[in-house]
Amino acid sequence: MTPMAPTRAPALTLAQKLIARASGRERVSVGEIVTCGVDMAMFHDSSGPRRLQPMLEELGAQIWDRSRVVLVMDHYVPERDDDSRRIVRIARDWARDQKLPHVYDSQGICHVVVPQHGHIRPGMLCVGGDSHSPTGGAFGAYMFGIGSTEMLGVMVNGEIWLRVPETIRMWWDGALPAGVTAKDMMLHMIGRFGMNGGRYQAVEFAGPAVKALSMQERMTLSNMSAELGAQAGLIAPDATTAQFLAEAGAPPVDMAPWFTDDDAALTDYRFDASTLEPYIAAPHSPANAHGVSRYAGTHVDVAYIGACTGAKLDDLRAAAQVLRGHKVASGIRLIVAPASLRDQEQAREEGVLQVLMDAGAELFPTACGACSGYGDPMGDDITVISTTARNFKGRMGSPTAQVYLGSPYTVAAAALRGCVTDPREVLA
Amino acid sequence: MSVTKATHRVWRLGADIDTDLLAPGHAMKHGIDIIAKHCLEAIRPDFATGVQRGDVLVAGPNFGIGSSREQAAAVLVHLGVAAVVAPSYSGLYFRNAFNVGLLLLTCAEAETLSEGEQIALDTTAPEIVAPGRKRLACEPVPGFLMDMVRAGGLMNQLRQRSGRPVFKKAHDA
Repeated sequence: MTPMAPTRAPALTLAQKLIARASGRERVSVGEIVTCGVDMAMFHDSSGPRRLQPMLEELGAQIWDRSRVVLVMDHYVPERDDDSRRIVRIARDWARDQKLPHVYDSQGICHVVVPQHGHIRPGMLCVGGDSHSPTGGAFGAYMFGIGSTEMLGVMVNGEIWLRVPETIRMWWDGALPAGVTAKDMMLHMIGRFGMNGGRYQAVEFAGPAVKALSMQERMTLSNMSAELGAQAGLIAPDATTAQFLAEAGAPPVDMAPWFTDDDAALTDYRFDASTLEPYIAAPHSPANAHGVSRYAGTHVDVAYIGACTGAKLDDLRAAAQVLRGHKVASGIRLIVAPASLRDQEQAREEGVLQVLMDAGAELFPTACGACSGYGDPMGDDITVISTTARNFKGRMGSPTAQVYLGSPYTVAAAALRGCVTDPREVLA
Repeated sequence: MSVTKATHRVWRLGADIDTDLLAPGHAMKHGIDIIAKHCLEAIRPDFATGVQRGDVLVAGPNFGIGSSREQAAAVLVHLGVAAVVAPSYSGLYFRNAFNVGLLLLTCAEAETLSEGEQIALDTTAPEIVAPGRKRLACEPVPGFLMDMVRAGGLMNQLRQRSGRPVFKKAHDA
């Protein structure tokens, strides 16, 4: 009888390791349906209290663990009419009545504010009451969006089911050229794979070009995993993650366990960042994405720098790089809605905000604003170029508005010229 | 709901029907009755007024892509839509639909069905029964999700179980 080879644990993906931990298992297999404990649940004024409060009251149920709940008022602030006043009032009253310890009111957009306060950390399983919740994946957490009724289930039980996903790995070699950003990487991938190309599996972003990205740029990749149709958009945590979290005041976390094993089963796609050009998504789908040259010269009326995926500090800096010392083209509105107060203040200290204002930008509140069409909707028949995540028909309020998506460099360049422009021409 | 003897009238939609079409942003501050009046207005202005209880939506791939707003599923329940049949769904929409009690059937041949056609649903198989044609197979729906639809959504399940965990069964699905 020959001695048996020592059994070796099968290789696992980062997604499998995160889900195994959350479900109290040693390992989980792709396709299994498991129940996971939730480490953190985030929701906002639109998806949260106004929907949860009546349901919880009717059930006579309590929140399973207040310390794990984070509420952000970002969709209907600042209030503009009786309906938005009512919605935000419900959220504020509920937060007070429930004595919620983590509430961010008019501080910025949930996907930016929550990580900036250290609530999302490597190894966690988190849910968010918003489709762009995969943003949390940038921190090595398994985070995904759910609707209000499912959030009610989490509030009552502290648990959620999920089907262990396959991993689709987007491996980026090389380094991004000047004037090309994570937004361009993402639009390129959505253009290639389509809005459901992620098939509700876990997408993992990896490779030297991803490792070189700042935390905010990584957040843009993970955020727009939603536009790829993935459930989660993961990036293995590293020193960049640790530094961001330390600055956010998060407790130290052991990041060592959170990576995909070399020989784990996954689908790999390879990209070369060094040959990537600025990308544009034309109306009415983020998947309608092509190199900027295809749309060069298209007239725009409004350039919008806003949203969780396009108005963080790094995005504002990029726009300022284009606009420094210049004026927005005559007749063009440039709107800047920083993604969080913290980003806005930092941009102010660095002089970035002044550069944008000097160029003629209008400063909008640090809220979801025009991105969701909740705050300041865009008018009929206008063409908008925007750093936001989605350009569905009617997304910004009017079904006749044409919305193009691009990086902050590209949107700033369009503001400068009054038409879709390759930002590298302006930066050169 | 298991096997319906009733037939359902088909509303035929294209691919990539997104949540903003189903529940437009401008209506989101209102209650479900108002949002429902705007459901699909940008592409089917006749839908909200013309849809009748028991009708079925048959769409192309990627139904429900976009936002987490579950009103995009709840409007269809509100309007009496019996089910949606499509080759694929947004995963987030899929979860929301069952949570609010809307049946989604994943059918590779969905697009062979036509506007106005009368079909029956066999939700135990599950399959679509189109008169005079072969049966169209659908992907199996996990048992705990069918339970959710039968109960009329997660809220009803929680009501019935008085807040006791409802996801334990997920392991056995």
